[in-house]
Amino acid sequence: MLSVSSCFQSLRDRGQCALIPFITAGDPDLTTTAEALKTLDAAGADLIELGVPYSDPLADGPVIQAAATRALAKGVKLNDVIQMVAQVSPQIKAPIILFTYYNPILNLGIREFLGQIAAAGVKGLVVPDLPLEEAEELLVPAAEIGIEVILLVAPTSSQERIVAIAAKSQGFIYLVSVTGVTGVRSGLEDRVGDILTNLRSVTDKPIAIGFGISAPEHAQQVRKWGADGVIVGSAMVKRLAEGTPVEGLQSIDRFCQSLKAAIG
Amino acid sequence: MTQTPLSPNQNRQLPLQQPDNLGRFGKFGGKYVPETLMPALLEFEAEYYRHTKDPEFHRQLNELLRDYVGRPSPLYFAERLTERYARPDSTGAQIYLKREDLNHTGAHKINNALAQVLLAKRMGKQRVIAETGAGQHGVATATVCARFGLDCVIFMGVEDMRRQELNVFRMQLLGAEVRPVAAGTGTLKDATSEAIRDWVTNVETTHYILGSVAGPHPYPMIVRDFHAIIGVETRAQAMEKWGGLPDILLACIGGGSNAMGLFHEFVKEPTVRLIGIEAAGEGVDTDKHAATLTKGRPGVLHGAMSYLLQDTDGQVTEAHSISAGLDYPGVGPEHSYLKDLGRAEYYSITDAQALEAFQLLSKLEGIIPALETSHAIAYLETLCPQLTGSPKIVINCSGRGDKDVQTVAKVLKF
Repeated sequence: MLSVSSCFQSLRDRGQCALIPFITAGDPDLTTTAEALKTLDAAGADLIELGVPYSDPLADGPVIQAAATRALAKGVKLNDVIQMVAQVSPQIKAPIILFTYYNPILNLGIREFLGQIAAAGVKGLVVPDLPLEEAEELLVPAAEIGIEVILLVAPTSSQERIVAIAAKSQGFIYLVSVTGVTGVRSGLEDRVGDILTNLRSVTDKPIAIGFGISAPEHAQQVRKWGADGVIVGSAMVKRLAEGTPVEGLQSIDRFCQSLKAAIG
Repeated sequence: MTQTPLSPNQNRQLPLQQPDNLGRFGKFGGKYVPETLMPALLEFEAEYYRHTKDPEFHRQLNELLRDYVGRPSPLYFAERLTERYARPDSTGAQIYLKREDLNHTGAHKINNALAQVLLAKRMGKQRVIAETGAGQHGVATATVCARFGLDCVIFMGVEDMRRQELNVFRMQLLGAEVRPVAAGTGTLKDATSEAIRDWVTNVETTHYILGSVAGPHPYPMIVRDFHAIIGVETRAQAMEKWGGLPDILLACIGGGSNAMGLFHEFVKEPTVRLIGIEAAGEGVDTDKHAATLTKGRPGVLHGAMSYLLQDTDGQVTEAHSISAGLDYPGVGPEHSYLKDLGRAEYYSITDAQALEAFQLLSKLEGIIPALETSHAIAYLETLCPQLTGSPKIVINCSGRGDKDVQTVAKVLKF
């Protein structure tokens, strides 16, 4: 499995835009999550973002909140998620990026957490409630252990912050497409294209856009703006949760393929 | 002799020794929020410093605190409560109540809400949001928004809406929209999360009036500074009444705003004991309590590093208290700092003990305290027998209990 940056590099070399689906670990159960990782890998996902369920997901809208609540109600623990990743990661080619809030990391201990996820084959990490000012204590050990920490840029970020975040972010830069939480939305704001252009002017690092991208047309638009990657979360989580696990897996298989076709 | 000021000194230097530039009280505090909010927090901090340097801001705030809120709040000698704890030789604690319950809207919460709404006006924000537990902060925010013609949305857990029905109606009457939050246990934690999500979404047009000394920097500092008037007045009133400092300050702690407001003026006075009382719910050895400083471990919730009730996996656990205002698994970071420093002491009181104190103050002093405040009153039972001589205790009577009479009537089967 490649590192996050080398995965982006090889896509860039081939002139391709990365498709990055997001799913919540443990919803409806970890066996299905393991199957979903393999399904998405086979259906064209270039990288996969895996959400660790958390009790207070501040940056998430109703769909991902509900998925996390269901997973926690089933008793899913961080260690179970890491064990599952350890089993699945050798079987897939898409690098796995873990998405987790900061408290579970602190609770385990930063180095212990990084060591465990690295051993399980995780390549990247997104911590939505850890802004640049607080990130140093995670960035330093992560660089030593070999986990790339991806930082986020928001539509509200000032130029000064954009430059500083771009300099520190590893793997790629996560451009949040809306002022808001994650969730399915009907369209994309035009200003995202402008922010992307601006971001491009200050960094050579890959840029992936997420939050609110829920249909192949959105993905196509993001590609047209020139992003290096498209992240699709709530729309994926919602499909996986509908019907039986088998139906959910079939549904994300089709959806992932249609997104891939749209940016191909 | 210093007189109790009718209104605070206009040029009073706002206390700034803590937090540091990064918003840290020791290792606690900080800003653990999505990037989308960072510019708004930086802007709010800059605007706070800018406007609080403007004498006109203080003139307007002080005038409203006096004529609209009714400050200064009295420091009342609770004679019959004092008699109850007197020893046979007639020594014993001299108990005073700082009457924040007499403020407009019935609690200390309006000190902060009023000052923040003035800042919101000056920042050009037309929409205000807030979270509320007991409803006191929601009512205070709805009140000041009505006064200044701002749109107001209050997030409140469904369970809290049920137990604080009267306050829901008050907020609606004041023109606010009360948005029910059903997630989690439907209490203050969930309402706060939802308010933060709204702020992330509408940050460009909205000011978030956070109601406690919790949340990301600069809130713990700003909310404390706007409540610090409680301690400033207490100092002057103590000087006037007995020519000295209080010996012990006693206040209840949910997020910790009324306690911080009382303590702040005295943190650097080594002779003054600072005691905070958390909610022990059904007991700190059960899983139904809100005693964060007593039973929690450091962690991150709602943007700040502080003591936190969490399970072994780092998931935030549900708090429990009969009092909606204390029913919170986190606590303001400065309290965590004062605890670790050993500067303040923190203990806890159960639902049952708080109910006893609720009735005690009502019957002995003719003052019906809020259930939150009742926790501080209840600690006298433990504290007074440990004391020698006749120390002066000031209890922050942070709110009145009208909002709680239905809850209490149900429990006591009136």
